[in-house]
Amino acid sequence: MVATLERTHLRAIHPLHAVLLAATVPLFLGALLTDLAYLSSHQIQWSNFASWLIVGAMVLCGIVLVFAIAGLFSAGSRSRGGWLYFLLILAAFVLGFINALVHGQDAWAIMPEAVVLSAITTLLACAATWLGFSGHRVGAVP
Amino acid sequence: MSRPSPLALVATVAGLSLLLASCGDKPEPSQYGANPTLPKPQRGLLPSMVIAEPGEWGERRPLVPDGYRITAIATELKIPRQTLVLPNGDILVAEGRGGNAAKLKPKDIIAGPIKAAGNTSVKGGNRLSLLRDADGDGTYELQSVFAENLNAPYGLALIGNALYVANQDALVRFDYREGQTQASGAPVKVADLPSAINHHWTKAMTASPDGRFLYVGIGSNSNITERGMEAEVERAQVWRIDPATGAHKVYATGLRNPTALAILPGTDQLWAVVNERDELGPNLVPDYLTSVREGGFYGWPYSYWGRNVDPRVMPQDPEKVASAIKPDYALGSHVAALGLDFSVAAMGGAFANGAFVGEHGSWNRADPVGYKVVFVPFRNGQPAGDPVDFVSGFNVDGMTYGRPVGVTVDPRGALIVADDLSNTIWRVTPETAVTPPIPAPADAAAPAEDAAPVDGAPSAR
Repeated sequence: MVATLERTHLRAIHPLHAVLLAATVPLFLGALLTDLAYLSSHQIQWSNFASWLIVGAMVLCGIVLVFAIAGLFSAGSRSRGGWLYFLLILAAFVLGFINALVHGQDAWAIMPEAVVLSAITTLLACAATWLGFSGHRVGAVP
Repeated sequence: MSRPSPLALVATVAGLSLLLASCGDKPEPSQYGANPTLPKPQRGLLPSMVIAEPGEWGERRPLVPDGYRITAIATELKIPRQTLVLPNGDILVAEGRGGNAAKLKPKDIIAGPIKAAGNTSVKGGNRLSLLRDADGDGTYELQSVFAENLNAPYGLALIGNALYVANQDALVRFDYREGQTQASGAPVKVADLPSAINHHWTKAMTASPDGRFLYVGIGSNSNITERGMEAEVERAQVWRIDPATGAHKVYATGLRNPTALAILPGTDQLWAVVNERDELGPNLVPDYLTSVREGGFYGWPYSYWGRNVDPRVMPQDPEKVASAIKPDYALGSHVAALGLDFSVAAMGGAFANGAFVGEHGSWNRADPVGYKVVFVPFRNGQPAGDPVDFVSGFNVDGMTYGRPVGVTVDPRGALIVADDLSNTIWRVTPETAVTPPIPAPADAAAPAEDAAPVDGAPSAR
């Protein structure tokens, strides 16, 4: 009985945290799509769009990273979910930063690293958002 | 003047780039001449950016070889770039700063202020100043504004009594009478020049020896096509313009940024100094001095130094690469050659036959290069031997006191150097006139008089 209660006890993330976290997905995804557009069309403007989308994603991701770190130290977050969430956000932030630097190169010099990093950061942002919105199942260690 | 915050940023960027670049910037021994050593392209995640802190000259002076003297003949100009010595010995100075390239990427916004830290904070004059030394004592006592309200003037040429000025957007003409200190009216437009974006805005210019044509250099609109191929229509070219009609012919292409043009004396051959591409590492790609062949293609953007393909350009063009001409003479990577003129016998024995090249200095290199005027010796109409420092001491111990741009040889035996950081015009003369000076028109100087006065004191005006 107690175990069932605990399993359904989801800790919702702060609304600001939630909106910032969710918004990283379309930004990282937009960077991936515009990188793919540049890859196929050779039109540089797509690459410029990608650069700015990454900047936007990184601003949000940075704030989310702070939330994630704070979450590690808050009560009842001894779960593996908290750590996994933090690591996903950290990885998205680090790879996103490297991706921003890659996009600072001129013209085709960004290829193919740009597409690869944009794809990975998109997947990381999706996974982190999934996990973040699923809530951390407090005490529900399988 | 110290600007702590941008410089701190520079230090940070430099530090980061040292961390991220796979290896440091070791100076390559031989990047001069016809066959420079070209390493493999390399770039860390951040380009190396080092811009030395600007400092005031004070009592300090640029260094010149033994037997030569340097004086500042005009100070407090508004970004002097190129100069022209008129038949009566007056000197015209083109002053201004051009370019209206939009910041397209986050990188543009970050890199802009870092590069700006190494430039003057003075606003460009958009004017021509005239300097006159009426009594031939080496002091240019008259400094007047010859023409105003120009648009980033750069190239200057005189054909007969027509003075041509290459603004960043158009070639214009003034009527000129000898002895004039002020233009008699507004300029007349001769031809439009490509000016959209103007990433590289300078329009270098020189006249053909017969006075029939003007050659105008038009720089590329990007480092390496990062503003799109569409932006590069009519860019990275040298035009030959008929000043009578304004009609132009594309004379040569693939010259990334031809910043100064000159005709080798005694020939009809056009020569240029060209700034090559950045962000391929500290020792790529050498800026160069080359004769310009009519109809020739010099590689940009598809390849560098002949047929070395630049992978950053997409789509590529193997046919163009196959036709790319290798330039004549490498000046070293990132030196930023902005000035070119050929010497005359009156400059003195070792410096009588060859080309002077003004080097503005690097930004894309951990170990700065350039920041001097070099002399490239010539033999039989071709460069022969390594460049020799002619004016140096602009960059000492991490401080930058000046940055040379245009160099002009005064046929009376002087080199005029425009410095766009300290906003000064420098004049270098042999201490002893090597040949009897060409008789000056009116008041001929006393026979055995030196070309310049002996007072070594800094002329602060």
